[in-house]
Amino acid sequence: MGELKNGAAGEATRAAGNGRSLLLRGVKKAFADVKAVDGLDLEVARGECFGLLGPNGAGKTTTIEICEGLTAPDDGTVEVLGLNWRTGADELRQRIGIQLQETQFPDKLTVEETLRMFRSFFKRGISVDESIATSQLEEKRKGRVGTLSGGQKQRLAMACALVGDPELLFLDEPTTGLDPQARRHLWDLVDELKHAGRTIILTTHYMDEAERLCDRVAIMDHGKVIALGTPKELIALVGGENIVEFAVVESHDSQVSESRPGAPGSHGSLVPKGEGPGAPTSHISQVSESRPGAPTSTVAHAVVDAGPLLAIPGVQSHRVDAGLHQLSVSELHSVVPRIFAALTAQGLHLSEFRTHSATLEDVFVSLTGRNLRDE
Amino acid sequence: MSKLETSSLYQLTMVRFRLFLREPEAIFWIFIFPILLAVGLGIAFRNRPADVLQVGATTPQLTQALAADKGLTAVTLDEAAGTHALATGNILLLAIQGPDGVAYKYDDTNPDARTARLLADRAVQTAAGRHDAVRVGNELVHEAGSRYIDFVVPGLLGMNLMGSAMWGLGFSIVEGRQKKLLKRLVASPMPKWQYLAAFLLSRLAMLLIEVAVFLAFTWLVFGVPFRGSLVELGLLCLMTSLAFSALGLLVASRARTTEAVSGLMNLVMLPMWILSGIFFSASRFPAVIQPLVQALPLTAAISAMRGNMLQGLNLGQQMAQVAILLAWFVVPFAVSLRIFRWK
Repeated sequence: MGELKNGAAGEATRAAGNGRSLLLRGVKKAFADVKAVDGLDLEVARGECFGLLGPNGAGKTTTIEICEGLTAPDDGTVEVLGLNWRTGADELRQRIGIQLQETQFPDKLTVEETLRMFRSFFKRGISVDESIATSQLEEKRKGRVGTLSGGQKQRLAMACALVGDPELLFLDEPTTGLDPQARRHLWDLVDELKHAGRTIILTTHYMDEAERLCDRVAIMDHGKVIALGTPKELIALVGGENIVEFAVVESHDSQVSESRPGAPGSHGSLVPKGEGPGAPTSHISQVSESRPGAPTSTVAHAVVDAGPLLAIPGVQSHRVDAGLHQLSVSELHSVVPRIFAALTAQGLHLSEFRTHSATLEDVFVSLTGRNLRDE
Repeated sequence: MSKLETSSLYQLTMVRFRLFLREPEAIFWIFIFPILLAVGLGIAFRNRPADVLQVGATTPQLTQALAADKGLTAVTLDEAAGTHALATGNILLLAIQGPDGVAYKYDDTNPDARTARLLADRAVQTAAGRHDAVRVGNELVHEAGSRYIDFVVPGLLGMNLMGSAMWGLGFSIVEGRQKKLLKRLVASPMPKWQYLAAFLLSRLAMLLIEVAVFLAFTWLVFGVPFRGSLVELGLLCLMTSLAFSALGLLVASRARTTEAVSGLMNLVMLPMWILSGIFFSASRFPAVIQPLVQALPLTAAISAMRGNMLQGLNLGQQMAQVAILLAWFVVPFAVSLRIFRWK
């Protein structure tokens, strides 16, 4: 596709690249001795809302800036809308919309003036009025940027990304630092853009945001994609759609416990039971570095034999994190009574017990042994 | 929307204008400050009737002899009090009556004291009966163009053009870089040259106002002469502004923070404030460093402006200065385009 001569290239490549907005193959980028992106393959379809999810420092921003042509990769191929940045930069800049992390627009310009400037860079696009309406900044049209709230500033950034009527929209952490209401407001805006059929690629370290907005999500860690799929598929990786969390104390009349220090799964490792049901391509190769100061040694937490728990039909896996046991579970209603029974049989008392629906956060935890927010 | 309004160069230039006009401090420094400075200097160095010099003498006879000269006022002091008055600057010279003549005590590095010495000696000798050997007459001249204010106005103009161009470009660019606005702009299809061109265009428009207001003021209030062509003076201002814009661009091309670029700009401008002859002639510096002094853009600019305004020289007679200014435009501009950091 890349060989097409410029000129009619616009329409031709649009047809040629049909169905695919972005293609990354073996992309690598290192800064000094830090491998920010370490061999990345991604493909994003036209009309898709695709999320890069991961903790800070996972390489999300570097990845998205490589896609945006702001950072040159050390290695690998990058194809955006069927073009590449070496030969098609001018055309690509016209066809994509970009919202960067932490851009500060000049405080002393008004919303309208800022948008008018950005609009003038694009050959075609929507009117300034339309972009103001879409981003719901009408009442701030004549207001200076310096007087906008965080959420309004972020919507202005979004409007600047939209003035060129882009085929592909990049949003880098669009809601970071916003209050909950402003976040929801921005989500609604992204929803609208999605429904208008725009291709969107966004990064976030909020799993609820990825779950809410994205058709597909790539979970990144240390410059690599560690899992890829729809939020549903990814959650299915955990093995059950519910997570049971509990902590126990030893009851005095116990005789059973003590015994098995090396019991399988008692040490923070995820033990998938059988073949994870819907587990697609992904590799749940477990990387659980048990944390310093974690379980067993702490006196308060009793040792649990995971065997009987894993034997309960519907329990998919078991792990321990700082004394808190986590089971991924399907069929919550029938499983919970059996968990109680199994723990009582071991002479253990529950000091905590709760359940929640599995989220992408649980996926990340089960894949890396760390929480998204840890970094 | 008109065609002009959709042009990105127009939009970028307008943005520069708006940002400048909405910054009250910048307006003060560029439009008001030079006028205040000219007023202050004009008052401090106004041409007064030739000064009457204060001297002292140790005897009443001597005092009388000295006071007979119109250029001197004299007081009688004993030697100790006189020496003290001399040291504190109350008198410029003390005439001491000795047994076999008069001794003058004064600081020979002070021009006024030397003048006082000449006047005092003339008065003493005349009182003692000396007669002039040759008859002389005086024709007094107080002409515009030879006063200090005439000398300093082109200096202030050059200094102002340097400051406004360097700050205007350097600070705004680095601020944009620090706030990641530059990065956002290069992520858009904005032609990069237009970003820089917008700075130059807005600078030139501002230049027109800035120069016109300042020069009109000095012409009206002090009667500073404009003996050369005004068009050529305008061209000189343009070249000066372009040279310093290029220098500002160069200074801003790598700096990441506004603090860093402020320091760099002061570093670049400081030698010129001292060496380039704003307030006194650059020829006062030793011959060894003259080639360096003359090669500085501000020296070239100010000397060409003085040539135009005070001597009525045309550009053809000042090709050396013009060449220096153009070189200071082309070289820094070319270098900064190569090393400019957009992110």
